[in-house]
Amino acid sequence: MTRKELAVFLLLAALCAIVAVASPQFLSPANLQNLARLVGMYGIFSIGVGMVIITGGIDLSVGSICALLGVLLSMMLVEWGWPAGIALVAVVLLGGCLGAAHGALIARLGLQPFIVTLCGLLLYRGAARYVAGDSTKGFGTVEGFEWVRSLASGSVGGVPMPFVVMCVVAAMAWVLLHRSVYGRHLFAVGHNVEATRYSGVDTRAVIAWAYVLSGILAAVSAILIAFYTNSISPASHGNFYELYAIAAAVVGGCSLRGGEGTVLGIVMGAALLQVLRNLVNLLDIPGSLDFAVMGAVILIGAIADQLFGQRRRSIP
Amino acid sequence: MSAISKRFPGVVALDRVDFHIAAGEIVGLVGENGAGKSTLMKILTGIHRADSGTISIDGAPVVMHGPADAARPGIAIIHQEPEVIETIDVAGNVFLGREPLRAGPLRLLDRRRMEAETVRQLARIGSEIPPRTVLQRLSTAQQQFVAIARALSMNARLLVLDEPTSSLGASEAERLFQVLQDLRSTGTAIVYISHRLREIEALADRTVVLRDGRNAGLLHRDELTRHRLVQLMVGRAIASDAPPSRPAGHPNAPGASEPGLHVDRVSTTRYPAVEVSLRVNRGEVLGLAGLIGAGRSELAEAICGVSPRVSGRVVLDGHPVPPDSPRDAIRAGLCLVPQDRRHHGVIAPMSVRENLTLPAVGSFARFGLVKQTTEGRAADAVATNLQVKTSSIEAAAATLSGGNQQKVVLGKWLARQPRVIIFDEPTQGVDVGAKAEIHRLIRELADRGTTVVMISSDMDEIVAESDRVAVMHEGRITGILDKSACTPEAIMQLATA
Repeated sequence: MTRKELAVFLLLAALCAIVAVASPQFLSPANLQNLARLVGMYGIFSIGVGMVIITGGIDLSVGSICALLGVLLSMMLVEWGWPAGIALVAVVLLGGCLGAAHGALIARLGLQPFIVTLCGLLLYRGAARYVAGDSTKGFGTVEGFEWVRSLASGSVGGVPMPFVVMCVVAAMAWVLLHRSVYGRHLFAVGHNVEATRYSGVDTRAVIAWAYVLSGILAAVSAILIAFYTNSISPASHGNFYELYAIAAAVVGGCSLRGGEGTVLGIVMGAALLQVLRNLVNLLDIPGSLDFAVMGAVILIGAIADQLFGQRRRSIP
Repeated sequence: MSAISKRFPGVVALDRVDFHIAAGEIVGLVGENGAGKSTLMKILTGIHRADSGTISIDGAPVVMHGPADAARPGIAIIHQEPEVIETIDVAGNVFLGREPLRAGPLRLLDRRRMEAETVRQLARIGSEIPPRTVLQRLSTAQQQFVAIARALSMNARLLVLDEPTSSLGASEAERLFQVLQDLRSTGTAIVYISHRLREIEALADRTVVLRDGRNAGLLHRDELTRHRLVQLMVGRAIASDAPPSRPAGHPNAPGASEPGLHVDRVSTTRYPAVEVSLRVNRGEVLGLAGLIGAGRSELAEAICGVSPRVSGRVVLDGHPVPPDSPRDAIRAGLCLVPQDRRHHGVIAPMSVRENLTLPAVGSFARFGLVKQTTEGRAADAVATNLQVKTSSIEAAAATLSGGNQQKVVLGKWLARQPRVIIFDEPTQGVDVGAKAEIHRLIRELADRGTTVVMISSDMDEIVAESDRVAVMHEGRITGILDKSACTPEAIMQLATA
């Protein structure tokens, strides 16, 4: 484990211990299963956003993509009667296409990632509400896609499916980031895009693909989240997910300047956020404070990192 | 300024340099790249502190701790690229950091006073730029005037201009000269740094020549000729110190009639109107000399596709190289060791191994996955071959010395066996030992039939390491010298044409 990963791991373990002592419910199978389910769903899109952050960019659109694709998935299955397999493929492809559009605007046209994905955030939210006629969508009791539903609500040997899916995604992402040629280029671009270009790497393609992957992973979690909630109100579904993702990546050791981050760190960052939410619930802290608690803990972590990490960073 | 000395780690930048200037005088300051002109002026304007020596103003010694101490007695510097903020207006730039305030508790800007004063100062130098114009809408020359107006509004009595005409056209430069002569007649002292000896001839009352951080000579207006200046800049000592002769390339190498690198009427964005043509033979080291700003790096970058080519062709062993893509150039066998090692050469936080294999990491991969042992062995071999001094190839490139970082940048290309390799200032900021090793590597490459172009501002390096030398000035090649004709004087003549 890297130093950062170890720090996040210790923080995560300490938090779990505190919550477990304060509330015996924390370790109950039901709670742990629900926690794992949430970590799985949030972890998947956080990995995608983390890859974008490693290039030195940002992706603010994942929450709205989640809403738009959730609405479309419900309509495909319930209203248009598409076969489940085709609907899933269509949703994932659409996520990839939206990511490709971001990537093209950023890498080809040179627009700023913040602007492009902020416009995505607004556009897809509007599109979701328009397509759904601003009414809540769901899957009701329509039959014929139980196997898809089980992806979100089922479990294997007590481990919730979304967590299993996330583990598979994380393993693939780990190989991609830490063992593949693309991963090497991704980190190189994040550290120093010019030197990478001078070395003959097609830096624009490297950056664009990161957005495509982020779009695809947002689509995968959109499917899981849609079935998990079973009720998609287009105005609020997926709100703030982009911020969860950014927070998970940064807590997990990504630098917003690019070039730094690990898959394991991002996953642990995502888990940390869910444990904090769980903590708010279990310890009878008013639910209205959940964002405040998350903000405070992340801030304390960042301050500690700055203070204790400084000596290391001053070495050139 | 008398007996000013300044050391930087590893080099003596200034060695007991004397410099003085009187009111109403224009003094030219010339010297080769690295002669110490800029360092001397940075000491005068409080940016650096001298290790020893004294600065006196009006006969009284002063100590300068920072730029503010230089501004108080009226010393101002105008840099090569005018240091202005392009997004705010003229008056805002002139008063930046010392804005006049209106009376009252709100501390509002006194715009009226700012604008009136700006108009007055601009009028002094014969300019009528409206004070509310945003600077990005002005030409470089006009921005230069705004910088001068700013200096004047701070009651500058001594104005230092560092290569002020390098980004100006001929008529704009004329305008600037007129302004400087007017300022001289009103008693302002002006230090004028330039590589363009014609301008020095036209303007300077006296000219101070620096060489290797020392006073090399002083020429009054009536004794100043270009020839004398060049002689003083280069120094006779070097001329007698003839470089060892070397075999001039491989004229009999197979296909010698077809050049390894043929640059055919290429023009760069820096000098779009100038077309450069150049032929370099296989196995030859072509030195590319010139003063800073001559367009050598821009040419190299345009050839290698890292910056756009405005027009022209680059032909490698008879095959044209597509423009605007370093990737295509590298595939064709054309590699660049860039000048800016920190930004374009190494990726400092990544390991030596990752840096070495970056252009070729795909060749160590199967199904897109890097075979780490193969990669490590290859990187190890290159590092050993180049004698890169590092604790381990897993250490971050940032931990290496400049010379060893340069070897890493070079090492990136060696595995690919490039057909043409362009070095841009290969030994800048490199210690003596590593320098010799890099020279040896360059020669080895050429001996193996690689076509080498070496840009260097180090006169000794150019003379000693090149088979032929092309000299550039303001974007053009002003001459090509064979080994026998290649002397510092001849190069400097062409470089200052």
